[in-house]
Amino acid sequence: MDFGGINPVILLASLMVASTPILLAALGEMVVEKSGVLNLGVEGMMIFGAVCGFIAAVETQSPTLGFIAAAAGGALLSMLFGLLTQIFLTTQVPAGLALTLLGTGLASLLGQNYQGMSPPRMPDMNIPLLENIPVIGPVIFQHDAIVYLSLIMVVAIWAVLKFTRVGLILRAVGENHTAAHALGYKVKAVRFAAIGFGGAMAGLGGAYISLVRVPQWTDGITAGIGWIALAIVVFASWRAGRVLIGAYLFGGITVLQLNLQAAGAKVPVELLSMSPFLATILVLVVISARRHGASNAPAMLGRIFHSS
Amino acid sequence: MKRRTLLTAAAASALALGAAFPSFAQDPVKVGFIYVGPRNDGGWSQHHHEAALVMAEHFGDAVELVEQESVPEGPDAERVMTQMALSGADIIFTTSFGYMDQTINVAGKFPDVKFEHATGYKTAPNVGVYSARFYEGRAVEGYLAGHMTKSNKIGYIGSFPIPEVIRGINSSFLHAKKENPDVEMSVVWLNTWFDPAKEADAAQAMIDQGIDVVLQHTDSTAPQITAQKAGNVYTFGQAADMAEFGPMPRISSIIDEWAPYYIERVQAVIDGTWETDNTWDGIGAGMVGIGEVSSAVPAEIKAGAEALTASIASGEYHPFTGPINKQDGSAWLAEGEVADDGTLAGMNFYIEGLTGEIPQ
Repeated sequence: MDFGGINPVILLASLMVASTPILLAALGEMVVEKSGVLNLGVEGMMIFGAVCGFIAAVETQSPTLGFIAAAAGGALLSMLFGLLTQIFLTTQVPAGLALTLLGTGLASLLGQNYQGMSPPRMPDMNIPLLENIPVIGPVIFQHDAIVYLSLIMVVAIWAVLKFTRVGLILRAVGENHTAAHALGYKVKAVRFAAIGFGGAMAGLGGAYISLVRVPQWTDGITAGIGWIALAIVVFASWRAGRVLIGAYLFGGITVLQLNLQAAGAKVPVELLSMSPFLATILVLVVISARRHGASNAPAMLGRIFHSS
Repeated sequence: MKRRTLLTAAAASALALGAAFPSFAQDPVKVGFIYVGPRNDGGWSQHHHEAALVMAEHFGDAVELVEQESVPEGPDAERVMTQMALSGADIIFTTSFGYMDQTINVAGKFPDVKFEHATGYKTAPNVGVYSARFYEGRAVEGYLAGHMTKSNKIGYIGSFPIPEVIRGINSSFLHAKKENPDVEMSVVWLNTWFDPAKEADAAQAMIDQGIDVVLQHTDSTAPQITAQKAGNVYTFGQAADMAEFGPMPRISSIIDEWAPYYIERVQAVIDGTWETDNTWDGIGAGMVGIGEVSSAVPAEIKAGAEALTASIASGEYHPFTGPINKQDGSAWLAEGEVADDGTLAGMNFYIEGLTGEIPQ
């Protein structure tokens, strides 16, 4: 079952791997934005998570501890953003940009002595029985634990936001913080929790690059993926399912265009290189435009809350 | 950012000192280096950086080394060069092809500062260019690739479609084909010199399609790691030996040896004899080194590769010796004819047998 030398099963399997960092980071950012906070520091938290995870994994020889450290690192860095925007009431956009600069610099500093090292391998976790299903088995059920985690997170975040009290409170804070405050909800606490969650997810996404996808530490390893994650959240109009579509579309076309090049497709390289961006934006805009679309943005997004 | 500020501050204070005590006879010669990647990328930039350190050590106190890493090719590079020139650099090495026009521009503004641009072709009275004949090393890689591939599919991770990269593609394909007429080569263009994630993805895409020898013209070691994970795939170290990935997947490498050139050119600045030049040296002159062929390669193939290296080094054999046709089938070099440097320097065509198009 080959199309012009490209095996679709292998392609879909590598698509899942290539998309996981974006998916994790975008899901985290979606929750943050749902609480009414715009954190532009995704890139910084990702790369900081990538370096923390890498160092921890190399030192302990345990990829699991590496991912835990990455989540902790990302969350820690995001707390700085929380402190700036929630306690000192600074504007969120510059604070987020500063977080990216800080994260990139810190990661570069911490990673100095870890260049060229190899982290322990993340074992694949094949799901018994399911992995034997033809086509679907190799595509979905023969990956490492983090890929499954990212998929579980999509469902979990969707369910929590839609069906639970916690989700309702989070959305209330994001839609109208004054009203939420009047009802007695701790707006700042909710937002801190959301920011921390977003940081942890971004950290995980970063570590997935440095521990599984590349796997190596070098400066600038995230190479702008954090910004893509940010854009996907907006184009996906803050819905978990669409974030999944957006992330897989972007990752998928990135992989596909390399495969097309390697297979010698007669398509100009320039077109192929920009195709992930183009296709992702187009598709998500089309889906979002059909229904309420941009009006779906949390009403308090980027607004400063002051309880007076 | 901070480092740059510090450097500027240091330079400013040095200038102030110099002004206050004009009686200082011998100021150290200030040598600037600009790198396209981080100086510990494990490849291209790291090797320039290490050569710069060797040079600085050679001269001791007579030289002051300033470096700026991860400078994007574009307007930013011009700003960085200007700043270096303003802060008193006597000679600036700009170590990536994409700095070419910026180097010429800045050199025009600072006629007293010497510039050395790596891998470019534009010179000026105060701009020299230097490059290595990497295509000689690529010939050896192609020879090994042709012998080692079992699927007869070879991959080449290309960075930018510039003559240097196209020469490498042609040279490696030519020699792979010579050893193994069934060989096919796929080229993937990444439009970056350094992006580990992209490089890993590209290597993975190639391996997914049954390619079992991957050549790279990008600077990180990510393709090596991807090949290592995949198992039966061979790679070559690029710019640096990358010996830590031997004996598998890395079976040999092209090593850039810049230090002797840097020492020679800085010496010329110290002596006041510096003149613009156009240096293009290969294996023979020691600017291109071929890394140890690893134990994964059978002995007779290894011997063949070493013989090829020796014949290129002695000048007995030129990697581009006819008959060679261009991709469209038209004749380029007749039987026994050797490519001239002018054509090689501006090479913008594939040779016969390569598929795909060069992005314009």
